[in-house]
Amino acid sequence: MKDEQWLYTISSKKKLIDLNFKEIWRYRDLVLLFVKRDVITLYKQTVLGPLWYLIQPLITSVIFTVIFNGIAEIKVGESINPFLFNLAGITIWNYFSECLKGTSDAFKKNQGIFSKVYFPRVIMPLTTVISALLKFGIQFLIFIGFYIYFSLNGEAGTLALADIWLFPILVILMGMLGLGLGMIISSMTTKYRDLTFLVSFGVQLLMYISAVMYPIGVATEKISNNFPKIAGIINPIIENNPLAGVVETFRYLFLSQGSFSTSRVLITMSVSIVIALIGLIIFNKTEKSFIDTV
Amino acid sequence: MKDVILKAENICKQYRLGLVGTGTISHDLNRWWHSIRGKEDPYLKVGESNDRSIKGSSEYVWALKDINFEVKRGEVLGIIGKNGAGKSTLLKILSKVTGPTTGKIKTKGRIASLLEVGTGFHGEMTGRENVYLNGAILGMTKKEINSKIEEIIEFSGCQRYIDTPVKRYSSGMTVRLAFAVAAFLEPEILVIDEVLAVGDAEFQKKAVGKMQDISKGEGRTVLFVSHNMAAVKNLCDRGLLMEYGQIKFRGEINEVVDEYLKKDGSITFFRDLKDVKRAPQSKSVMRSVTILSEDNEVKTGEDLTLRIHFDKTQLKEITLGYLIKDELGANVCAANTQQHDIKFTVGEKDYIDFELERLPLNPGKYSISLYFGNGTYDVDVIDEATYFQVFWPRDINVIAPQKKWGKLHIATKWNY
Repeated sequence: MKDEQWLYTISSKKKLIDLNFKEIWRYRDLVLLFVKRDVITLYKQTVLGPLWYLIQPLITSVIFTVIFNGIAEIKVGESINPFLFNLAGITIWNYFSECLKGTSDAFKKNQGIFSKVYFPRVIMPLTTVISALLKFGIQFLIFIGFYIYFSLNGEAGTLALADIWLFPILVILMGMLGLGLGMIISSMTTKYRDLTFLVSFGVQLLMYISAVMYPIGVATEKISNNFPKIAGIINPIIENNPLAGVVETFRYLFLSQGSFSTSRVLITMSVSIVIALIGLIIFNKTEKSFIDTV
Repeated sequence: MKDVILKAENICKQYRLGLVGTGTISHDLNRWWHSIRGKEDPYLKVGESNDRSIKGSSEYVWALKDINFEVKRGEVLGIIGKNGAGKSTLLKILSKVTGPTTGKIKTKGRIASLLEVGTGFHGEMTGRENVYLNGAILGMTKKEINSKIEEIIEFSGCQRYIDTPVKRYSSGMTVRLAFAVAAFLEPEILVIDEVLAVGDAEFQKKAVGKMQDISKGEGRTVLFVSHNMAAVKNLCDRGLLMEYGQIKFRGEINEVVDEYLKKDGSITFFRDLKDVKRAPQSKSVMRSVTILSEDNEVKTGEDLTLRIHFDKTQLKEITLGYLIKDELGANVCAANTQQHDIKFTVGEKDYIDFELERLPLNPGKYSISLYFGNGTYDVDVIDEATYFQVFWPRDINVIAPQKKWGKLHIATKWNY
């Protein structure tokens, strides 16, 4: 009976990364159906419906413009409208925070399904990222609309045409960061619920060190001048934060504002890949046992 | 000889009892410390067999221990056992919801599991959308669902509401739709937990019929867990009896069910009624019920006596009655003293016998509910006070009736 051909094996042996792409591909329809479910059900029984996709980034941008550019007087560049500047940051940031928040409760939210049916668990985070990508697409179109409007008035800087190919890479990196961090958190929350409290609070804190409402150059300079004692700690954090890197580079591509450095892009890239890998590994480890601990 | 399609080798599953949270970090660290030195998990060595009623000393417990079995292609395997015997844990491992602590399961086909109907149903989506989503969750591709959608909708009987959000459905309709999706799954191996007990009687019949088609007609391999012995006997070829996380008995389904019923503590000939659950406001007057029959075995067509002991009471007038239900809880028959206008008072005796003449019940498990009243109002009412198993007499030159022949066996004279 030694030559028996077994097609599948269920065992406790855990490989470090046990991604069965063939299996995920077989479940591709499920991913699409989950995305469809997210889209259909999100705005059911709301009056404004999908308009919420527009309202949230626009109002946030207005508030940021009033507070950070009006009151705090952060300079965003000569020929750039501060509203457009903020909208750019928020658009790309929202994509990250959607991915992170969506994936970070992947296990908890889907406990009911996960405890009854098997499908590759990684489908859930994937679904979140695709839904978030859709949402990002819509918000990006709004941004483009304003971009065109402001560039007609000469308030939008210039498009860095030579480097625009970086744009899809930025989106992928942002997705990987959100997905990776989210998967790490979702795996940890199955055992240690404390992390749930950290997420919404932490995302907010992260935003402040990720150059969403200020250019990196302006911020580091101001911090060095006003808080010389802590500048040595804070400035490197901002400069090397991969999220700040993505946000800054995104703005550079469209507004030609801020600094662009290859080293920053490379750091961002490697950190994103490492985080996404760690996320996958931890998610994988949790996947098989979480039903017993949740 | 059919080939083996599924093989379980030394499946074990360990759980930690008590609160998950306190002390987990220290145990995790200890585990990690052992694993980096290349040693075995220290907590795998401890643990006790999973007897729920005995308080153990270890906080680790083996929900499953050394489970080995094989299933052949086209076979329908029934898994039975008392609550907490590890059936559901085994199903969870088979359906990959949770992993085994040690051991392996090897299969030669895709496993689809039905531990619940309607997993992932979303109230805001229409019936049709939910069929697609639920089908995909259970492992179907969109193409497969497309080709079956009409059949599924027809089977569910929800044609009229199929484009209405599921939150407007009655619970029965939701279940019908959900079962319909599941019924059209086509994996090589199907794992089913007790999902048949859903919907109204008509739909249950349809569901059991569909199950029979799946297992018998289409030659699918099925693993079926149930407490419903009739359904198990009906559907399965072979069985596993589980107890305390281990396989106690295996073999032909009839042997396994017999073995299980023998062990089933609820079937006793004497039953103390002091601490049983009573209907609200009942006074505990009835003390015990004893089933008296020849050879201590209840048989179709033979006399059966129920002896009820009660506390001596001051009541002038007593009404007594019984109700027999089948294992699905459906009423089979009942009788009481009032309907025959029998009046009696308590004398010296503290018991009364009901003699059921030539018991016309087909083999199966039945329950007896007891009624004790004083002629105008209820005094002591006990639902399913005791259970008994009816067997087919071995010495009759008659073939035992099949399940589908119903519950009653009327002694018939064939005049010709």
